[in-house]
Amino acid sequence: MSALLSLRGVTKRFGGLVAVNAMDFDVAEHQVLGLIGPNGSGKSTTLNLISGAFPVSSGSISLRGQPITQLPAQDITRRGIARTFQLVRLLPSMTVLDNVKAGAVFGHRRRWGREAETIAEAMLEKTGLSGRGHMMVGQLTYIDTKRVELARVLAGEPRVVLLDEWLAGLNPTELQEGIRLIRSLRDDGRTIILVEHVMDAIRSLCDRCVVMAAGTKIAEGTPTEVLSDATVIRAYLGDDDA
Amino acid sequence: MDVIITGLLLGGTYALIAMGLNLQYGMARIMNLANGEMLVAGGFVAFWLWTGSQISPLLTAFIVAPIAFLMNWLIYMVFLRPLVKRARSRGQLEVDSILTTFGLSFVAVGLMLALFGGDYFSYSYLSTPLNILGDTYGANRVAAFLAAVVICGLLWLWLSRSRTGMTIRAISVAPDSARLVGIDVRRTAALAFALGGAVTATGGTLISTFLTLDASTGVIFTLKALVIVIMGGVGDVRGTIVAALLLGLLETFVARLIDPGLTLAAAYLLFVVILLFRPQGLFGRPTT
Amino acid sequence: MSRLSARDWRNLVLVAMALGVTACLPWTAGAYMLSIGVTIAMYTVLATSWSLFSGPTHYISLATAAFFGVGTYVTGIGIQYLPYWTLLPIAGIIGAVMAALVGLATLRLSGVYFVIFTLGLAEFVRQIITWGQNISGTKGIYVLTSIGETHIYWQLLGLAALVWLLGWLIGRSRLGFALRIIGDDEAVARHSGIDTARAKILLFMVPGAVAAITGAILAPRYVYIEPSLAFSPMLSFQVVIMALLGGTGRLWGPLVGVIPFTFLWEAISVSFPNQTTLLLGVCFLVIVYLLPKGFVGLIDAAKKRMGAEGYA
Repeated sequence: MSALLSLRGVTKRFGGLVAVNAMDFDVAEHQVLGLIGPNGSGKSTTLNLISGAFPVSSGSISLRGQPITQLPAQDITRRGIARTFQLVRLLPSMTVLDNVKAGAVFGHRRRWGREAETIAEAMLEKTGLSGRGHMMVGQLTYIDTKRVELARVLAGEPRVVLLDEWLAGLNPTELQEGIRLIRSLRDDGRTIILVEHVMDAIRSLCDRCVVMAAGTKIAEGTPTEVLSDATVIRAYLGDDDA
Repeated sequence: MDVIITGLLLGGTYALIAMGLNLQYGMARIMNLANGEMLVAGGFVAFWLWTGSQISPLLTAFIVAPIAFLMNWLIYMVFLRPLVKRARSRGQLEVDSILTTFGLSFVAVGLMLALFGGDYFSYSYLSTPLNILGDTYGANRVAAFLAAVVICGLLWLWLSRSRTGMTIRAISVAPDSARLVGIDVRRTAALAFALGGAVTATGGTLISTFLTLDASTGVIFTLKALVIVIMGGVGDVRGTIVAALLLGLLETFVARLIDPGLTLAAAYLLFVVILLFRPQGLFGRPTT
Repeated sequence: MSRLSARDWRNLVLVAMALGVTACLPWTAGAYMLSIGVTIAMYTVLATSWSLFSGPTHYISLATAAFFGVGTYVTGIGIQYLPYWTLLPIAGIIGAVMAALVGLATLRLSGVYFVIFTLGLAEFVRQIITWGQNISGTKGIYVLTSIGETHIYWQLLGLAALVWLLGWLIGRSRLGFALRIIGDDEAVARHSGIDTARAKILLFMVPGAVAAITGAILAPRYVYIEPSLAFSPMLSFQVVIMALLGGTGRLWGPLVGVIPFTFLWEAISVSFPNQTTLLLGVCFLVIVYLLPKGFVGLIDAAKKRMGAEGYA
C-alpha cells in the first residue's frame, strides 16, 4: 500500500512557540484518516500546513511522492488537495451554484462553461442541496452553508479532501445527516483527512486515527486502538475536553 | 560629515511626524492620509503667531498640541468611528478609511487655500548659525531636532511605562485579546488617533522653523511619514525612529550629491526596496 | 464559452447605435461642447478601465497619472521619429509593462501599500523626468501635429468602445469569475486554486495600458508637454472619484459618474477656481457616507423598489 499523502518531520514554529512538532504520518488512497486531540494540540495547524495556508518551518509533505512542501495554497489545490474551513467561508455576493462552480472552475480538474455547471449541480445534489443553486448564500441555514462549502471542495474533484471540524456546531439531527454525508463520500472511495472532536463520528468514519497533543503525535492506529490507549486517555483527561 | 549631521537633524523631526502617523495607523488602525495636512496646519499656526505677535514656535507647540488633539479626537468620533462600526471586514474599513481621509485631506487643503491663499510661507526664527564639529548648522534645525528628541523620548517612556500607554500598545498588538482583558478598545483607539494627530501637528510646528511650507505640501509629508512607518514596522516605536533617521540621511545625501529635486523619488525607491525585501519592516518578524 | 443571448445582441446593437450618435458630435456642436466631449470621453475611458480593476479587487489605484503621463511622453518624444499610428500601441505596451511591474511589487501585499505605492509612482516618474530634463538642459517638449480636437475625440470614442468590449469579455471569462471570487474572499480564492496575484496583475495591466494610450492620444491637445502637466496627481484622484461616484459594479457605471462630475467640475473651476480641491474632498466624503455604491447603487435600489411595487 503506497501512501497518497505523506508528512515527514513537519514542524511549524510561530516565533518561539512550536505549534506542530515533527509530525510523521501517511494517508493511503481511499482511506479516511482522523486527526484528533485536545484543543490547541495542533490539528488545525497541521491541516493548514498541508493545504498551504501558511508555510512549513521544516520537514516535508508529499503527494504521490511529489514534494508539495513550499507550494502556495493555489498550487496545492490544483494538485488535488482541497479543504473546508473551520469557520465556514462562502462567497457572500454569489449564488449557491456559483460558490460551488468556483471549485469546479479552478480546482484540481479545471472545467468551464456548461461542463463546470454540470459538475457543480451534481455536487449540489450529492450534498443534499438540489434546487437551492439559485439562492444567495446569506439565506441558507448553518448546515446548508457547510454543505455548500463541501460541495465547492468536491467540485474540483480533489484527490484528498481536508475537513476542518466540518461537523462542529451541528445539532443532533444535523449531526447524523452530516455523518451520513461523509460516510457516503467514504463509500465513493474518497481520501479524506478529518479534524474532528465528535467521537461518534471518528469511530464510525475513520479507518485510522492520528492523535496529537501539544503539537506532537502521541498515538496512531485504528479508532478502537487509539481510543483505549493510555497515553491518549491521559492527554484527553489532562484537558477539559474529555 | 556635515551631510550626516544635517541628515540626522532632519531625520529627528521626521521621526516625530512618523510617530504621529504610527500612533494612528499602528494603534488606532486607521491609515490617516490627511496626516500631512495636520502637519501643515501646525506649521501655519506657528507662522501666524510668530509673524503676528512674535510668539516662539517652541511655545506655539504647547498651544498646537492640545488643539490638534481635540480636533483629531473629533475627526475620529465624527468620521471614522461610524466606519469602524459599519465595517464588515478589515479590508472594507481599509478602503473606507483611505477614501475618507483622502477626502478630509482635500477638504483641509481647500480650506487652507481659502483662508491663507496658495503662497509659500516661511519665516525666520533662530536662523543664527551654530557650530557643531567644525561645520555650521541653522540653530532652528538644531532646536527642532532637540525638541523632537525630547517629545519622542517622553512619548516612548509614556507608551512603555504608563498604564494608558500600555493599553494603547496592547490594542496595536492584539485588539481582540485586549478587549477580553477589559480594555475599552474604541476609546483607546480614539485616544491613540487624537494623540497621533497632536504629535504630527507639533512636528509641523517644529518643521516650519526651517522648511518652507504651503497649503498643498501636506501630501508629501504624508508620503514620507508612510514610508518611515512601513520601513520601521507598523506599531514599532523604535523602528520608526531608526527609519526616520535613515530617511533623513538618504534625502540629505541625494539632495547634496545628485539633485534636490529627487528627494521624494529617493524616498520612494527606498519604499520599493523595503516592500520587495522586508515588507514586515526593518525589525518586524515575518508574519504568517 | 456560451453563445450570445437575444438580450446580449440587443445591448450590443444599442451600444453601437449610441456610439454612432455620439460620434456625430463634432458636426453638431460648437468648439466648446466638443472640448467638453473630449474631456468626457477621456474620463470615461480612464474611469471605466480603472473600475475594471478596482471594482472587483477593491484596490484603489492612484497610478492613472503615472501611466497617462508616460503615454503623453511616448507621443511627445516618439512623434519626431515614428509615424503616429505606431505610438498608441507602443504607449499601451509600456503602460501594461509598468503596471505589471507595479503589480508584481505590491499586489501580494495589503491594499494600503498599494495605494501609497501608486500615489508615489506619478511623483516618482515626474521627478525622474524633470531631473533628466535638467541634466540634458531641455524644458518641455512641443508636440506639433495636424491632429485636431475632432480626431482626438473619435480616437477616444474608439478606445472607449474597446474598453467596454474588453470589460464585457473579461466579465464572461474565467478571469472575470476569478476576480469576483477574489473580491469576495481572497483566502477562499487561493484555496479554490486561483493564483490571486497573477489574476490581479493581469487585470491591473488593463488600466495601465489604457491610461497610457489615453495619454498618448491627448498629447497633441496640449501642444506643449512638461512633467508637472503630464503627471498631475489630480488626474488620478478625479478618475477615482468619477468611477466611484458612478459605481464600479456595472460596466456603464463610471459613465454615469463622469458626465455629471465633468459639468460640476467645469462649473466650479469657472466660478471658484481655487475651490476645486475642496470639491474633490467633499465628493470623497459624499461617496463614503452617502453613496457607497455610487449612482448605480441608487438606480438599482430604485428599480428594486419599483419592481416590488409592481408585484404588490
